[in-house]
Amino acid sequence: MQLTDLTMLELAEKLAAGQVSSVEATRACLERIQRVDPKIRAFLRVDEAGALAAAEASDARRKAGTPASPLDGVPVGLKDLFLTEGLETTAGSRVLEGFVPPLDATVVRLLREAGLPLLGKLNLDEFAMGSSNESSAYFPTHNPWDVTRTPGGSSGGSAAAVAAREVFGALGTDTGGSIRQPAAFTNTVGLKPTYGRVSRYGVIAYASSLDQPGPMTRTVADAAALLQILAQHDPKDSTSAPVKTPDYSAALEQGVRGLKLGVPREYFAQGMEEEVEASVRAALREYERLGATLVDVSLPHTQYALATYYLIAPAEASSNLARYDGVRYGLRAKDARGLKELYSLTRERGFGPEVKRRIMLGTYALSAGYYDAYYLRAQKVRTLIREDFTRVFQDVDALVAPISPVAPFKLGEKVDDPLSMYLMDVYTLPCNLAGVPGLSVPCGFTKAGLPVGLQILGRAFDEALLLRIARAFEREHDFFRRLAPI
Amino acid sequence: MALTLEQVRHVATLARLALTPEEEQRLSTQLSAVLDAVTQLQSLDVENVEPTSHATLTASLLREDVTRPSLPPEKSLANAPAKSGTSFAVPKIIE
Amino acid sequence: MPVSDFQPVIGLEVHAQLLTQSKIFCGCSTAFGAEPNRNTCPVCLGMPGVLPVLNERVVDFAIRTGLALECRVNAKSVWSRKNYFYPDLPKGYQITQYDLPICEHGKLLIDTPQGEKLIRVRRIHMEEDAGKSVHDAGGGQSLVDLNRAGVPLLEIVSEPDLRDADEAVEYLKALRDVLVYLGVNDGNLDEGSFRCDANVSVMPKGSSTYGQRCELKNLNSFRFVKQAIEYEISRQVDVIESGGKVDQETRLWDVNKGVSRSMRSKEDAHDYRYFPEPDLPPLHVTTEVIEAVGHALPELPRAKLQRFVSQYGLPAYDARILTAERPLADFFEACALRYPDAKKLSNWFLGELLRLLKEEGSTVSSVRFTPAQLAELLGAVDQGTVSANAGKDVLAEMFLTGRSAPDIIAEKGLAQVSDTGAIEAVVDDILAKNAGEIEKYRAGKKQVFGFFVGQVMRAMKGKGNPALVNELLKKKLGD
Ligand SMILES: [Zn+2]
Repeated sequence: MQLTDLTMLELAEKLAAGQVSSVEATRACLERIQRVDPKIRAFLRVDEAGALAAAEASDARRKAGTPASPLDGVPVGLKDLFLTEGLETTAGSRVLEGFVPPLDATVVRLLREAGLPLLGKLNLDEFAMGSSNESSAYFPTHNPWDVTRTPGGSSGGSAAAVAAREVFGALGTDTGGSIRQPAAFTNTVGLKPTYGRVSRYGVIAYASSLDQPGPMTRTVADAAALLQILAQHDPKDSTSAPVKTPDYSAALEQGVRGLKLGVPREYFAQGMEEEVEASVRAALREYERLGATLVDVSLPHTQYALATYYLIAPAEASSNLARYDGVRYGLRAKDARGLKELYSLTRERGFGPEVKRRIMLGTYALSAGYYDAYYLRAQKVRTLIREDFTRVFQDVDALVAPISPVAPFKLGEKVDDPLSMYLMDVYTLPCNLAGVPGLSVPCGFTKAGLPVGLQILGRAFDEALLLRIARAFEREHDFFRRLAPI
Repeated sequence: MALTLEQVRHVATLARLALTPEEEQRLSTQLSAVLDAVTQLQSLDVENVEPTSHATLTASLLREDVTRPSLPPEKSLANAPAKSGTSFAVPKIIE
Repeated sequence: MPVSDFQPVIGLEVHAQLLTQSKIFCGCSTAFGAEPNRNTCPVCLGMPGVLPVLNERVVDFAIRTGLALECRVNAKSVWSRKNYFYPDLPKGYQITQYDLPICEHGKLLIDTPQGEKLIRVRRIHMEEDAGKSVHDAGGGQSLVDLNRAGVPLLEIVSEPDLRDADEAVEYLKALRDVLVYLGVNDGNLDEGSFRCDANVSVMPKGSSTYGQRCELKNLNSFRFVKQAIEYEISRQVDVIESGGKVDQETRLWDVNKGVSRSMRSKEDAHDYRYFPEPDLPPLHVTTEVIEAVGHALPELPRAKLQRFVSQYGLPAYDARILTAERPLADFFEACALRYPDAKKLSNWFLGELLRLLKEEGSTVSSVRFTPAQLAELLGAVDQGTVSANAGKDVLAEMFLTGRSAPDIIAEKGLAQVSDTGAIEAVVDDILAKNAGEIEKYRAGKKQVFGFFVGQVMRAMKGKGNPALVNELLKKKLGD
């Protein structure tokens, strides 16, 4: 077994016991990145010097018996949507090429304070808009389980890096499934916390009322340990919830006996790939065997989530991305004659097709004469979708459902058909619209060896229960021990 | 619901995007398809439904009125594509 | 139809910068006059990923203003984004309030030649200011300074209740006085901390349908407000008279030429795409908070003026001047507590103190003497210890040094002579030297009396008590 095959907590144990140093672990990651990343292309930027310096400092703390956190010294990666002081941050876009932030995102600061060396910045769909990592302005990331396929998106670089054991864990963001879907596509664990649970300060915005950062790891326990560091109220984020942080590991092993798990019938609609559905159904039976009660439930407005999301998210994005104007940072069309051209040429050249599509859609949905019919109506339907969840959580403790109707698809397969790409988010979007937490845990493989994930959705701020439910399954089926053939 | 080329151009002007003719054409087709898909929402009765603009109902967060150190101008302007002294420079604005 | 057949209709939008220490959504200083971009941070620079956090004092100031203008303060108000591109707008949108502002339905009384008039205030909302662009920087460039970006503003919008330029100016002055009284704004039009846009239209007299309105910008003095509105009224009348139609547009007042010109062409018509700001939850204000702010509300200019008239029996003219600024009014009242004759006190304020302040270019807050010391001086004048004229010199000295009146009177020998014997001796001496003048006086040339008074006062170096001098002269001349 190689050092990089360890989970975060296994490594942390060895670091605590002095059996291995953080510098050794960090070097092991850097070497693995060098070896496998040319095939995966998960990294946009590797910060070797920064990571090693942090590792040395960590080793000194461990030696002095004053570790900063249980994960002190465990190297991780960051989706390139998190601002890192002094380290280029691009959001996967040309418009931010060369942008060096003067500050760290709050969660980046929390990771540094907890002593985790940061290995670098991971690829993503441009501005987190996409489900395949193909909208990255730089290059697509490949799935370690089959390099001809997508690792999912938008946190595809983070998921691929974790699955390829280039990093022990990573941060992603989830606006409509961007943590959970790539986790499902790569046999990793991804948690989208409750909206407001983790600070968005310093996380480049896509759709502000939906975005939420979260951990991406190989095991459920790792996700709990990482969330423990991230889930802090942040006075710099007005939407950050002033809620105490529970101990996410405390109840992890308590099992599911006696829990009522809802199975939303709208999530098993036609169009799901047979093998995906079979894996998910098998997982549901497993829960029953473990003592949970499955309850057939209905979230009747699920069918409207896609339309609702594809009005609200682009509308917010069209405004969030107005700041990329070539005035204060990032790309500028140097040949622009006059102000109007400065804007329109900079933005035309700086943004890729998917980003332009969403800016156009969002601008249209907010424009005079269409606001009521599109944006306002979508906000009202959003209320109905939220109420679906509120109602169903009066009867059940959590929901279990598929993540994606399909297994990882071929790179290039859906690039020219935005609508069919959007349709794949159908099971992940309602969670963001409702603001509730959602988790993806590996639940099997197709015959072709492609990973399948199970989605667990819970009440607001009930992350601990989601982790416990996921762990109950993982204990019986340690798919995470299967290593991607890379 | 179809988005005409003229509408595409108007929206592109609002969004400050200098689209190429091919992009205009493609976006007209693609956005029309998306808009077709979202017309589904028109069938719902939302007459008495309050809109949701925030995912969770957090209380207003307020900060005390105290000054905090600003960035030194060299940091504020470190990423500027063009500057003059400690100002950002842009092509001359004609009002 | 001549201009007089048209009825102008005017509504005003005022943008008032709030006197907070820090900006509305970040901790940068609001200080004016710093080197460009010295007061900027990732938040007010609109860097990617950063988020706004509301300054609580902005809310306090907004409620204060709303209550002073008798508005309803909304328990819930909502932040919105106003989207447009401009180099001094870092995020590409302005955070403001749109659908649900913090205050609505207020009013402000103004004085017109026809008497008091009530102007309705439609709404007050909070928003962030933009930065500044300098266009004549040379080199084919404009320069952008974001120090002002994020400075808190209140936008105060009146109903179109104003009917001519004078009313508009009256409204602005009254509003500015209120804001300055509340301590929320410095009332400075030159530096742009109190800015005004005017919406102007005209309609035939007697009509109830408003005409098409134009928005006038860049009105940074009361004089320009008046000029620009009057220009706009006659421009619109001319357009209509010549068979044309007024276009809705924004017009910029050109100070140098004294004309306005159209600012934006129609193809640029703005579509601000307002929508609720997802980064800021709705603002909730409790009744307790509103009541607490209400209790702490100072007396407002108009109420104070009326009280000065009724309580002190002052003429409205005096009261208006004394209450124009709160510190002056406060100082007057502190003096009035110690000196009962308010009208006399007012005369000293209007005649002497304000002149001294103006000469020194300072305000009442920098006055070096205390209300008790002023009362002491006025008492000395009343008792004849010092003449009124000499008292003015004493006041000037008190103003410079802060020393007490008795000290100055003693040191400069300004005490008035009220000793009958001493005055009588001088009177006798003067009369003895001017037998010829006495003849004239007794022959009926009564104006010679003034000559005697002058001679006595001169002999006494001005310190003779005028009343006693008069009395003794009359007696000796046998009146
Ligand atoms: Zn700032």
